[in-house]
Amino acid sequence: MKDILQELEDRRDIARQGGGQKRIDAQHSKGKLTARERIELLLDEGSFEEFDMFVAHRCTDFGMQDSRPPGDGVVTGWGTINGRMVYVFSQDFTVFGGSLSETHAQKICKIMDMAMQNGAPVIGLNDSGGARIQEGVASLAGYAEVFQKNIMASGVVPQISVIMGPCAGGAVYSPAMTDFIFMVKDSSYMFVTGPDVVKTVTNEVVTAEELGGASTHTKKSSVADAAFENDVEALTEVRRLVDFLPLNNRAKPPVRPFFDDVSRLEDSLDTLVPENPNTPYDMKELIQKVADEGDFYEIQEDYAKNIITGFVRLEGSTVGVVANQPMILAGCLDIDSSRKAARFVRFCDAFEIPILTFVDVPGFLPGTSQEYGGVIKHGAKLLFAYGEATVPKVTVITRKAYGGAYDVMASKHLRGDFNYAWPTAEIAVMGAKGATEILYRSELGDPEKIAQRTKDYEDRFANPFVAAEKGFIDEVIMPHSTRRRVCRAFASLRNKQLSNPWKKHDNIPL
Amino acid sequence: MFKKILIANRGEIACRVIKTARKMGIATVAVYSDADKNALHVQMADEAVHIGPPPANQSYIVIDKIMEAIKATGAEAVHPGYGFLSENPKFAEALDAAGVAFIGPPKKAIEAMGDKITSKKIAQEANVSTVPGYMGLIEDADEAVKISQEIGYPVMIKASAGGGGKGMRIAWNDEEAREGFQSSKNEAASSFGDDRIFIEKFVTQPRHIEIQVLADTHGNAVFLHERECSIQRRNQKVVEEAPSPFLDEATRKAMGEQSVALAKAVGYASAGTVEFIVDGDKNFYFLEMNTRLQVEHPVTELITGVDLVEQMIRVAAGETLPFQQSDLKINGWAIENRLYAEDPYRGFLPSIGRLTRYRPPAETESYLPGVTPSEPVVRNDTGVYEGGEISMYYDPMIAKLCTWAPTRGEAIEEMRVALDSFEVEGIGHNLPFLSAVMDHPRFVSGEITTAFIEEEYPEGFNGVELPEALLRRVAASAAAMYRVAEIRRTRVSGRMDNHERHVGADWVVVAQGQEFPVSISADKEGATVSFADSGHFRVESDWTPGDPLATLSVDGDPLVLKVAKVPNGFRIRVRGADLKVYVRSPRQAELARLMPEKQAADTSKMLLCPMPGMVVKIDVEEGQEVQEGQALCTVEAMKMENILRAERKGVVSKINAAPGDSLAVDEVIMEFE
Repeated sequence: MKDILQELEDRRDIARQGGGQKRIDAQHSKGKLTARERIELLLDEGSFEEFDMFVAHRCTDFGMQDSRPPGDGVVTGWGTINGRMVYVFSQDFTVFGGSLSETHAQKICKIMDMAMQNGAPVIGLNDSGGARIQEGVASLAGYAEVFQKNIMASGVVPQISVIMGPCAGGAVYSPAMTDFIFMVKDSSYMFVTGPDVVKTVTNEVVTAEELGGASTHTKKSSVADAAFENDVEALTEVRRLVDFLPLNNRAKPPVRPFFDDVSRLEDSLDTLVPENPNTPYDMKELIQKVADEGDFYEIQEDYAKNIITGFVRLEGSTVGVVANQPMILAGCLDIDSSRKAARFVRFCDAFEIPILTFVDVPGFLPGTSQEYGGVIKHGAKLLFAYGEATVPKVTVITRKAYGGAYDVMASKHLRGDFNYAWPTAEIAVMGAKGATEILYRSELGDPEKIAQRTKDYEDRFANPFVAAEKGFIDEVIMPHSTRRRVCRAFASLRNKQLSNPWKKHDNIPL
Repeated sequence: MFKKILIANRGEIACRVIKTARKMGIATVAVYSDADKNALHVQMADEAVHIGPPPANQSYIVIDKIMEAIKATGAEAVHPGYGFLSENPKFAEALDAAGVAFIGPPKKAIEAMGDKITSKKIAQEANVSTVPGYMGLIEDADEAVKISQEIGYPVMIKASAGGGGKGMRIAWNDEEAREGFQSSKNEAASSFGDDRIFIEKFVTQPRHIEIQVLADTHGNAVFLHERECSIQRRNQKVVEEAPSPFLDEATRKAMGEQSVALAKAVGYASAGTVEFIVDGDKNFYFLEMNTRLQVEHPVTELITGVDLVEQMIRVAAGETLPFQQSDLKINGWAIENRLYAEDPYRGFLPSIGRLTRYRPPAETESYLPGVTPSEPVVRNDTGVYEGGEISMYYDPMIAKLCTWAPTRGEAIEEMRVALDSFEVEGIGHNLPFLSAVMDHPRFVSGEITTAFIEEEYPEGFNGVELPEALLRRVAASAAAMYRVAEIRRTRVSGRMDNHERHVGADWVVVAQGQEFPVSISADKEGATVSFADSGHFRVESDWTPGDPLATLSVDGDPLVLKVAKVPNGFRIRVRGADLKVYVRSPRQAELARLMPEKQAADTSKMLLCPMPGMVVKIDVEEGQEVQEGQALCTVEAMKMENILRAERKGVVSKINAAPGDSLAVDEVIMEFE
């Protein structure tokens, strides 16, 4: 009997060794942790329950039958993050370079099925050289199986990908379909075709880091949502994100004890909006002063900075925030910011996370590059996302809400539940100067007259009261009471019920 | 007594005067420029009058505008504060002509003391000790030696037209005087085309010590002891204290009596300050007399229990001083630290912008100017508020933090805690530097001179390393706080019943490159943090996660930390240090050790954006060679164009910004080869 028990321990020891000490050391020397170490950091201490520790591949080509390490290059299972269940897979670069075989894929698919059935997020820690070439098409099939699971799980349970090493070729498309992608600076990269192929095909000389490093994907391509200094920091911050997310699409957003006054007044917000309407200010200050404990988890911080997206808590409960940033491009909407915010709004709606929108938007960015790039359809994404969202929606207009952008930014007309405006709000078709130049074209030669006309237009529309008279603004509020008003608004919407008509699915302008 | 006074000033001093006026039941009128429309002094005053655009020479120092404001509001008297019109005899004259009282000295006294040469002459006549020197023309080296001997070594040989240290020599003996005279003369001739030379006493180990005087219009004058203001940066006072740690009773009395004599000699009435330079042997020499209320007057108020502003108002109203010299005793010790909107990490560059957070330490409620304290006092004279704007138009000083305690050591300790409790965000400020000075052994010893900052911070200020003992207290506090925050995380909804996360007792704290394995045992009141190597601390606090200020008691001693969250720990600011403190489980710590040390990017070959702003113009191209001082680009911030120049010769290798780009602080604008 004892020998049998001992055999289990021996087999486990072998499995835990992955590709052996030499490869583990090599992994460490690259500043990377092993698959199991990463799981240790991701999950609560001692909470990991492993599946398929002894799964081995079935390939017999190219001498593969001689090396059948248990686990087959990926560690899978479940555990808890602050006591809440998550499923996890962690690719083991020390075993065949973390390459994906048929069985490797099956292990991933298994936990994804369980995650969907049991309603818990899936977190994938990616560190893989790509397809297991020895297996040929079986490996490709494996990828496709994973893709299909990603697609089915989308909108059912949150899916998070952390790129912690190479992720190239077909492998990129699994993370690409998850809700969030995080990268580790200097040790991870993602691309469809690597620098060598790029050189052969296009003659472009580019390093892996430039082509698909963390900086590229957080700043230029928007593929990644954030990048972190190292494995430890990345996994710590994924834990922090999971604290914000519901476990599945039937669960409420998590609530945790909070140490902040729901009615906290912030007198300094009364002076946030500068007197000159063209002077920028930092919208993040408003977000931080409204949020519980000033805590803000920003998503895509380095991309399309003219719009801010991320999570805060109000009264301990998660709320998604979308806000124009007047510091960058005057906070206008453009292709990039519309896409960024639209995806975020749809994530929130899919997982019943209420949405708080702060508006200071002078309109859409004009220009050929925008029109040629299809700003019409990209802008429509954000409009569509807000309009279809059935979660509680509270909007505060701090300053400008001009033109079509006013409509887009969670206006009352898009089923906004609460639309508040600060006294500094200006809700109009456009700025006073532009409006008078169109309305009084014939008087353009007379600067005095035009100045008077501009002033008249300002007096009439550069305020929130015209919109309030029509009921488009529910209430004009004092800036210093924004936190209290917003908290109470969401509190009143806790039992909101709203559904869209039955459809197979909508046809958002992709 | 006046029913209404106008304060021809702004900022903290306007607020200071309003406070006393209110105490006396006098109505107040503020004046303000466009930039100060929402300023604190405007909010505090009973009435406010707009006097023009932001630049002071179009508002605060335009006499006509102030006179109009007086007329419009019917103010009977004017307090000028300091700076602006406070020492302008024309203003005193204009008020006199309009029959309005000037809360300050007579015009004649302002004039007499406003001129360096006249004031020195009057001082000499009043038997006030002045720096010995020879102002006449010196023929040759022999005469120079003779004069030097008369003055007494060491002497300073200076070019009349001199400046910037050129043509200046210090001589300790005849030989050096001879040589110094010749070389100064040559240098002066070539540098300034003017070889006139004069010689004066060189004051060694100079300290700046000044005497507060108060006189009424009935011939009474007293001194309210001294203030030491030796901690200066480029002639800008930073730290002041009263009394001076250096003076003995005899010197104090001599200085005080000479100051009173001077005040009487010029027919002084009101508050005034006689500034002296004092050498290492306690010889003191008259520098000048300031005929106004000084910035650093609060330290005198704290040790004497006199409200100087009140006395100025009473004197201006013709009242007699209510006390005699013998009534004025020194009670305890007071220190003032000036909070400047200047970034100490960027060579004390003025910083402007929005005060996103401004929470001064709690002031002692029972204290008001004019009260003689018995318990430690924290006093903060300020002119700004959270959400307010620091503009570029005026003095960058935004607050004066004062502490009082029975002894100097206790007053310094009070100040350390008060500085740690002072929250200022949104602009660069010198709080860390002030903390560093308060902890500097030389400051603590009292062995200071006016060269203190130059000598102790020759390379500027680069932050503070915490000493081991304090570091351990900080580490213990961080561990206790982190544990509380982690436990809160485990209380989130949606967790698996019976399979919750248990937060452990063992942690590893990493701070300032050191690792401290600790074990925490917590109870309702706090936590005992035991260090694996030795020692333990009892940490108690009402801090809750998310609170940016942690007021703790560590083994019964107060410790105040500014706390912000970072992954696996906190950014902690305390005592001038700004450090990341990581708190990890033993296993996390083990794995974190495997993480590579990442080198901070070398920014010496980059042009970084010094403030948030927009690129207006790029003046160079990639591949271009630039000379030191050449304009590289223009960044507009706060409607001001700032031209950024090359710090040294080089070749532009890469330009990362284009006109129209909005940049954050420290964003890379261009790189050099």
